[in-house]
Amino acid sequence: MNASAPDAASSDTHASGSPRAVCAIRIKGLVKKYADVVAVAGLDLEVHRGECFGLLGPNGAGKTTTVEIMEGLTAPTSGEVEVLGMRWDQHADELRARIGVTLQETKLFEKLTVEETLRLFRSFYDPARALDVEAVLRDMQLGEKRGAWVQRLSGGQRQRLAVALGVMGDPDVLFLDEPTTGLDPQSRRALWDTISALRARGKTVVLTTHYMDEAERLCDRVAVVDHGKLIAIGTPSELIDGIGGHHLIELETDRPIAPEDLADVAGVRSARRAGDGLALSITEPHVALPGLFARLGARATRPTRLVSRVATLDDVFLSLTGRTLRED
Amino acid sequence: MSEARSPSSSARSSLAPLRELTMARIREFGRERGAVFWTFGFPLLITVALGIAFRSPGPPRLPVVVVDGPRAAEVRRALEADPGLEVAVLPADQAGARLRAAAALLVVEPGAGAADRVTYRFDPSRPEALGARREVDDRLQRAAGRADVVPTADATAIARGGRYVDWMVPGLLGMQLLSGALWGNAWNIVTARQRRLLKRLAATPMQRAHYLMSFRLAGLLFVPAQVLVLFVFARLTFGVHVHGSPVAVLALAIFGSWSFAGLGLLCAARAQNSETANGLINLVTLPMYILCGVFFSSSRFPAAMQPVIRILPLGAFNEAMRHVVNDGASIFAQGFPLGVLLAWAVVSSAVALRLFRWT
Repeated sequence: MNASAPDAASSDTHASGSPRAVCAIRIKGLVKKYADVVAVAGLDLEVHRGECFGLLGPNGAGKTTTVEIMEGLTAPTSGEVEVLGMRWDQHADELRARIGVTLQETKLFEKLTVEETLRLFRSFYDPARALDVEAVLRDMQLGEKRGAWVQRLSGGQRQRLAVALGVMGDPDVLFLDEPTTGLDPQSRRALWDTISALRARGKTVVLTTHYMDEAERLCDRVAVVDHGKLIAIGTPSELIDGIGGHHLIELETDRPIAPEDLADVAGVRSARRAGDGLALSITEPHVALPGLFARLGARATRPTRLVSRVATLDDVFLSLTGRTLRED
Repeated sequence: MSEARSPSSSARSSLAPLRELTMARIREFGRERGAVFWTFGFPLLITVALGIAFRSPGPPRLPVVVVDGPRAAEVRRALEADPGLEVAVLPADQAGARLRAAAALLVVEPGAGAADRVTYRFDPSRPEALGARREVDDRLQRAAGRADVVPTADATAIARGGRYVDWMVPGLLGMQLLSGALWGNAWNIVTARQRRLLKRLAATPMQRAHYLMSFRLAGLLFVPAQVLVLFVFARLTFGVHVHGSPVAVLALAIFGSWSFAGLGLLCAARAQNSETANGLINLVTLPMYILCGVFFSSSRFPAAMQPVIRILPLGAFNEAMRHVVNDGASIFAQGFPLGVLLAWAVVSSAVALRLFRWT
């Protein structure tokens, strides 16, 4: 059964000028249960056309399951999934032709060369639509490695090849599942540049990550998921604003001091225990710091450690769940 | 109405993906030295080993000792004219020791003169010793002038294609094709699933049948090469002849390997890791290697098992291949085994496709 795509989907292919008008992906009430575990526990999401959308969460949060359902590789237990205005049970062939996928840690044909692998994957797509192998080799900086067997590539080169295969069919939506996990810092930055360039060309990108710096750097909007549920969604700066301040002071003192002793200091939005000391959300450090020192002096307490820094998505996750993203 | 791009339509009509997938299979195979060895080299080694171990020896030579004495040289000359005898001349005590150690079948004690009694000493419980006694006696009587009254002639040549090595080679081809089809299909598919390559391919518009077909198409290249290498080698080293039509041999090999490929697909349908695949492949192949007349004739199994062996895919293949190669029979006279192979091909592939998982 090879039904043609609905008009909405086919016309919006050309509507890259006003990408925000249309949803690239819409998910409603998504649930995925396995025999012994609930991987996705009721998720609602909308990904806008032309944005880079991040699914951020710790390992086991349900990110990969969610993405694989969007990719049509896993059937949901219940809920609705619409990609480019189409549904997997009706338009699977069209959808596969219009999405690009990079799975988490795929091993490819180890004894094919980079170029042979690209040509193989290109053959699966409409030749009129698929990108030129030479152009992809150049864009992904794989030109020097075109004749190398896949098994001889470094981690960063393999990942660039995986992304190259994802873009081979010139997809409207590109899915990247943990694209930089396990890469060295240099390869990560190189891949970030590649992804930024794709986004700049108007591609919709959905990426999962457990690196908050990656999400902050690449994503227009981020959905924070934990235990298969959405716990926050917005632009990175909206999320950081949501925890009450862009700055954070980590404080340890020679004598114990309770969070409530500092919570009412001018400029302090909130205070909580963190490790051996306290973490304070601050709107403006130059306002909060003098008051803070005055209060400590009044309690005859001296700071043994004081760090003031900009809040990150990791702090968002910590304040929402009480756990860090990297806890495994 | 909607001029919806159906991007797969042009790719769908094109055979480019099938060609690229088949080329990928062939390239991977050619670049995997181990695979090349196990497919082409190993069967030749088995052919050599078995061919040497079970080569037809010349007529057995019977060890005979003549006790040293005045007439020993004369007797020895008479006996050495017989190529079936291996004659030694030894003193009496050593001759006795040889007999006891079973290093000689017969000890000949010539008499003092030409007309004196010759004594044969031997162990009558050994059939070869009786044969040696008759042979030696016959030689000595004739040397002394006894004439044959009835003319006789021996016809001892072994029929062409009737040696063990002639019988063995078609069975080795069957084993090689079965093994190649199972490891080549099941192992590759299961490791691709384990490494999530299947899932990655399933996320593209690739037609899934093309992926599975690529294995069979690559087989069209590998199988004739295997047949050629094995039969040319067997011809050059052991003088094994193909008595039937070479085209029939090739067609049968391709047909058989397609039937075996269905079993490979069945093994690969669900297995999630290479350990499971390994177990399944051995479970399918090893009993057939034993039962289906690869190394020894399946006629050694009880009569009740023969119908079962005939409907096993390797049993059917070996039966048909031996008829064509050894007996020079026509492939069109092999209706029953061909039907068995066809049934296995259809049923195993159909069940495998129903069970098949891409993730």
